[in-house]
Amino acid sequence: MIHFVLLISRQGKVRLTKWYSPYSQKERSKVIRELSGMILSRGPKLCNFVEWRGFKVVYKRYASLYFCMCINQEDNELEVLEIIHHYVEILDRYFGSVCELDLIFNFHKAYYILDEVLIAGELQESSKKTVARLVAAQDSLVDAAKEEAASISNIIAQATK
Amino acid sequence: MSGGGGPSLMDSLFQRTLDDLIKGIRLHLPGAAQSSFISKSLDEIRREIKSTDSQTKSTALQKLTYLHSLHGIDMSWAAFHAVELTSSPSFLHKKTGYLAASLSFRPSMDVLLLLTNQLRKDLSSTNQHEASLALECLSVICTPDFARDLTPDIFTLLSSGKNSIRKKAIACLLMVFSQYPDAVRVCFKRLVDNLESADNVQTLAATVGVFCELASKEPRSYIPLAPEFYRILVDSRNNWVLIKVLKIFAHLAKLEPRLAKKVVELICDHMKQSEAKSLVFECVRTIVSSFYEYEFAVKLAVVKIREFLLDSDLNLRYLGLQGLLLVAPNHLWAVLENKEVVIKSLSDVDRNIKLEALRLVMSMVSDDNVVEICRVLIGYALKSDPEFCNEILRSMLSTCYRNVYEIIIDFDWYVSLLAEMARIPHCQNGEEIEFQLIDIGMRVKAVRPELVRVGRGLLIDPALLGSPFIHRILSAAAWVSGEYVKFSRNPFEIMEALLQPRTNLLPPSIRSVYIHSTFKVLSFFLHSFLLPGKGVNSSLSNFVDIEPGFTYSESEQEFTEIDHATSSSGLNKRDTFTQEAVVNMLTLVITSLTPLAESHDVEIQERVRNVLGLAQLAQQEISCNHDQKEKMVDKVDLKTSIIIRLINDALSEDFGPVSFSAQERVPVPNGLVLEENLSKLDSLCADVQLSISESFSLVKPILLPTDGDSISNQQNEEESETSPAESMSLLAEHRKRHGLFYLPSDHNKNASSSFPPANDPNQRDNDVEDLVKLTEESLVLKRKPSSSRPRPVVVKLDEGERLPITVKKTDENDDLISGAVRDVLLGNEASLRSSNPSGRRKGESHSKDKVENSETGNLSKRRSKHRNHGKNVEDKEENSEKSKKKSGGRHKARRRADGGIDVAVQKQVIPDFLL
Repeated sequence: MIHFVLLISRQGKVRLTKWYSPYSQKERSKVIRELSGMILSRGPKLCNFVEWRGFKVVYKRYASLYFCMCINQEDNELEVLEIIHHYVEILDRYFGSVCELDLIFNFHKAYYILDEVLIAGELQESSKKTVARLVAAQDSLVDAAKEEAASISNIIAQATK
Repeated sequence: MSGGGGPSLMDSLFQRTLDDLIKGIRLHLPGAAQSSFISKSLDEIRREIKSTDSQTKSTALQKLTYLHSLHGIDMSWAAFHAVELTSSPSFLHKKTGYLAASLSFRPSMDVLLLLTNQLRKDLSSTNQHEASLALECLSVICTPDFARDLTPDIFTLLSSGKNSIRKKAIACLLMVFSQYPDAVRVCFKRLVDNLESADNVQTLAATVGVFCELASKEPRSYIPLAPEFYRILVDSRNNWVLIKVLKIFAHLAKLEPRLAKKVVELICDHMKQSEAKSLVFECVRTIVSSFYEYEFAVKLAVVKIREFLLDSDLNLRYLGLQGLLLVAPNHLWAVLENKEVVIKSLSDVDRNIKLEALRLVMSMVSDDNVVEICRVLIGYALKSDPEFCNEILRSMLSTCYRNVYEIIIDFDWYVSLLAEMARIPHCQNGEEIEFQLIDIGMRVKAVRPELVRVGRGLLIDPALLGSPFIHRILSAAAWVSGEYVKFSRNPFEIMEALLQPRTNLLPPSIRSVYIHSTFKVLSFFLHSFLLPGKGVNSSLSNFVDIEPGFTYSESEQEFTEIDHATSSSGLNKRDTFTQEAVVNMLTLVITSLTPLAESHDVEIQERVRNVLGLAQLAQQEISCNHDQKEKMVDKVDLKTSIIIRLINDALSEDFGPVSFSAQERVPVPNGLVLEENLSKLDSLCADVQLSISESFSLVKPILLPTDGDSISNQQNEEESETSPAESMSLLAEHRKRHGLFYLPSDHNKNASSSFPPANDPNQRDNDVEDLVKLTEESLVLKRKPSSSRPRPVVVKLDEGERLPITVKKTDENDDLISGAVRDVLLGNEASLRSSNPSGRRKGESHSKDKVENSETGNLSKRRSKHRNHGKNVEDKEENSEKSKKKSGGRHKARRRADGGIDVAVQKQVIPDFLL
């Protein structure tokens, strides 16, 4: 299973963290520090796997972002590489040629999409279309809720409470 | 925003949005400016989050979530607000609440209890998106309480008509099972149903994923499901699913050989046909790790590995090496076949690939090729960057040391290899090399002359003294040169090397080793000069028999009577050591060491004074007699001679290795508290000190009459002369009392397991003899602990103690899960015949009704039972005893029926499923 997902920018800034195994806040920041030091220092065109504390971290760089996933020793590295690519493709479709800024300003959406791709550290949906459909359906629910909240009557109701 | 009071309408209307916050953070430079902006925003958030307007609250929480997940800001204080929002009717707010919860909640939070009802409500919501939010959150923050309370709801979702919900519920089960193993009894049947219904790929993938994780922990329970997995392996076209199924079979096949026979060809087909590298590699890994007995399959796998190795993609090359590493233990030929590629990979651009290659090279090492491989590796080490160079050296050292130099046949070569390693510029393995040099010296007698030669090479090179990494190795070289000086061709040269001016670069601890070695060299030198013809080892044979109360005249007699034919001295002393040489050496020693007599380091000071005492005494007597050369025949009678003889007797004892457990075998005497301050040591050693003074009085009468020297000299004499006498009586005393703690002479029988001997049987015998004679001389005592200090095995022992504990911890839960699985699986087919490890099965009766009734009737009992999972086994059993009583006599007969743990019964059941 995947223990955690990290998105780190080339400058070492964290862009997304999702932990499927329990880590305390202290451990989390230690892990991020260790791994960003280890992965960012690796040159381009090297292999995408690093061994780390008895685990394997599979990472891949897309433009300025490193997508990292931590797995067990006996898990399939290539499969995880495909999962990373899968996630990136879905993000790309959703945002329309995704860039780092999209993920910064829509960090919650990046999480929601990730939650449709992975659950409990396992891949749950291998169809990009299905993920896109589910995310779109949720977005329309959100939009409906927003519209309602923005209506004048709602604001008046709040004000006169 | 004006401060004071609660949030107002103005706050709501002019609240910063998430975008505003992010832009603000980006505007401020990282560092003080940014962190002050963040703390300002946090103050705002704290105010806003208390708002009654859920929109304001939601935005505040979203901002906080952003700060938490990307900037590591603590948000545990806002947990209650997150729970509040999850119950909001607005989907937007609910979503925000759940995101915050799944990212920040910890099992220890009290607020979790408040979430249970909301989760239950959302799980049973008709809106699938709400249910999926709840499932996603549960899969991350699942606690035992959640798992217990929500099992019925998840059970319902396992057969949901909506695939997107069903697959999430299935994936969630893994978490639920691990937190609350009894859930297995409720949900397992439906999980298996999902395995059988192949209508949807995603739910099947999720189910297989759960089984893959479960089987990796305790495969045995899932053997009955093998036919299902087999069907999936045949039918499925989805690579993700196939990879998981292969992993499951890798686990199952180890337990059930007949299963292996059935699937091996199928796996080979996949390996041949698949386009996906991930699947091919999984096939390879499965074959080489679990199906290695099937020659044809392994051959095919090795062909695939070779393709990987020759690929231009670094990822595939890396995996190819990993594959080889897995093949190596059972099929070394595969590695040897690809030897060139492996060796070439040692100079790959990627460090990870180099490391894999190094591991592989090490797996190839055997006693035939160790020389060749080490030669190649040294070449690579010289070319590599410092980090990898040390990696190479480290693995060479550990491989060669394995099982006490099992693979080394030519020790002369190995010793010179160690010296070569020491000279590699980046070498940072000084400690290990130091240890091995001394260890080999003690274990392997035959190699000592070579060892001395190598040690000399290291010592006389002044350049080496400049590098701090090599100091430890030099310390070993100095010790070896002193200890085995009798093999040296030119002791004078060694003396010069030990006293060269650059030794002041050494740290005091190592310098004192140097000085002590000069003492040994000097005494050897004087002995050969004053008592020619007497072998250094002359006293070795009878030394053991000396009683504590011996007198000098006796021992002297013995010494003169001994035939010295067996002397192993490497040179003809009478020819080499002229009077002049001796005088030169004494001058050298005295001039070089005198400044150090005032050293601030006690260790150095004490040793220097020992050496000086001996040297000055000898200098006086020898230069006194300088004129009357004919009288030199009487050298034997000189005081120096007597002392030298005694010192040599003490020094000529060989050290042997001591068993690691030797110290443990020493019983702790009554009243001794080991943690206590050592100040009480005096009283404990009172009897030992007594014997010192005895030997002291014995010595004096002989010495005093011929003594006409100054007082200071006399003191020095006493220092140097008492040491051997003291050591001998101490030794005898010691042996009398503690003899049984040394390795016994029937070493092979008793201690071989804890301390395997060096490989040469003859040498081993010698070693055994030495062991019997093991001494604890005051003169050399300090060397011994330092020589055995870097033994890596000590570290290993600690690991060995830690390991079982952690294993036990993880096992316990898996045990519970697999026990429950067994109950369910076999309970269906073989009802009561199912095995029942330990008495914890009493839960089964409830579990059957649990599906329908989720009330809390049994709750308290279940909870109490649940708590046990964290505790130790005894507690559990005790508790189950209690609950047995509680549950009354209803199940008594049943319990009696399946009381025994019966793996055999199970084994009989399994094959029926298979074939």
